[in-house]
Amino acid sequence: MNRQRLSLWWFIGTLVFALLLMLVPLPAVLEPFKPYWPALVLLYWALESEDRVSLGLAFLLGLGADLFDGVLLGEQALRLTALVFIVLRFRSRLRFFPMWQQTLAVLALLLNDRILLLVVRVLSGTPVPPASWWIAPFVGAALWPFLFLLLDDLRARLRIQ
Amino acid sequence: MARARDESSPLFAGNAAGTLRLIVYLALAMVLMVLDHRNGWLWRVRYAASAVVEPVYRLANLPSAGMRTLSVAFADRKLLTEQNQRLREDLLLANARLNRMAGVAEQNHRLKELLDTRHSLDINVQLARVVGVDLGAWQQRLVLNLGARDGVKPGQPVIDAHGVMGQVVEVLPTTSVVMLVTDPAHAIPVVVERSGLRTVAYGARDGSGMVLPNIPLAADVRPGDRLLTSGLGGRFPPGFPVGKVLAVAPSPSGMFRVAQVQPAADLDRSEDVLLLHDQAEPDGPPAPAVPAGPPTALAPAPGAANGPTATPAAGQPASPPPRATTTTPASAGSTP
Repeated sequence: MNRQRLSLWWFIGTLVFALLLMLVPLPAVLEPFKPYWPALVLLYWALESEDRVSLGLAFLLGLGADLFDGVLLGEQALRLTALVFIVLRFRSRLRFFPMWQQTLAVLALLLNDRILLLVVRVLSGTPVPPASWWIAPFVGAALWPFLFLLLDDLRARLRIQ
Repeated sequence: MARARDESSPLFAGNAAGTLRLIVYLALAMVLMVLDHRNGWLWRVRYAASAVVEPVYRLANLPSAGMRTLSVAFADRKLLTEQNQRLREDLLLANARLNRMAGVAEQNHRLKELLDTRHSLDINVQLARVVGVDLGAWQQRLVLNLGARDGVKPGQPVIDAHGVMGQVVEVLPTTSVVMLVTDPAHAIPVVVERSGLRTVAYGARDGSGMVLPNIPLAADVRPGDRLLTSGLGGRFPPGFPVGKVLAVAPSPSGMFRVAQVQPAADLDRSEDVLLLHDQAEPDGPPAPAVPAGPPTALAPAPGAANGPTATPAAGQPASPPPRATTTTPASAGSTP
């Protein structure tokens, strides 16, 4: 019982921490390299514990991120819902991929996410971002193996599922 | 759709339902986006959610604030001494200049009193700190640590030591969001200091600076010209530096010339900024002056022989129905 509650708090805590990481500013030089943390953490949980992550949760997390970000309510909700839908569709395949294939899949997902964002931005009339805008998905994919192993290791240490 | 999944999986039956739910959520997100884009009520939701949003901003600010504290704590003693020395020299220079200015300002004040204008040279400001929060890349916005409870209102100009930074666009209870002058959605009326040409500076589309997109072909604008706020439009008070013209080139259509402008303010380095409290004059033509001459109470009313009893409201010239008082002298002038 207690362990279940702990694992629920751990789940919520990682998601909130991801939102916080999204808000923490980096030095101006590193700014284009900042990965989209909420998507990465949500991806991990979608792969590891399917029963917790649903489209509704992705939508709510996206709405929360939009509230913090203050750009356009619903933008990140749309992106995260689409992302989680694809992951849940191909979950059983993604889980048994070797790490490098999984990383490539994550890269494809993050690029898809950027394309969605670009469509939303262009439709809402904001200017097209510069080329360095496309670096972030690659950084996110490069960080994926480390994030995956770190979260897996912490989960094993805390003995929660 | 083949799925490599065993029959006991609880979500196995939810394939079509999953797609349906996706469509519902996507539609919901799109409706939200369109509503927000049209009405801009995200900020009202944000104001209501500020009890959660603001502590998170403070939390997200901690790393950058910590870095700032650390850099001061571990700064070289020699470096600090040098900095101190430089600041002292700057202060001395500024004070000397101020003392010289004081006489001119006093004279200016007297002359203005003679001219009966009410512009004053002193500014009413409030010091604010920048909260280190990343509101998404390529968003030209800043978060300040003052909000509605400190009397901040949307539209207040924000400046730093070198020039105009932007204006407050949204206010939460204890934080506020500033749109920088380099935002593509921002426009500021400016005047070229050298030639007096009035125009409007917009944020550049790529967020690199500002542009003057429509300078007439015959107008006199050169690289190196300084731009000041013109005070038109009633948002920014006149006379604050905005930027410097870097380059002037013909526009693609050939009808105008376009100038690239570098902002005067330190947009990405300022930690302390100033919020201006007195706004410029409101929009539109100035309020009609109270007609000079004998008090309107003494003017004869158009129909009546004895005016003072017929116009009871004419005793207060600035009362809400000014039309009644201003028409009286005109009609009174026509009757004799």
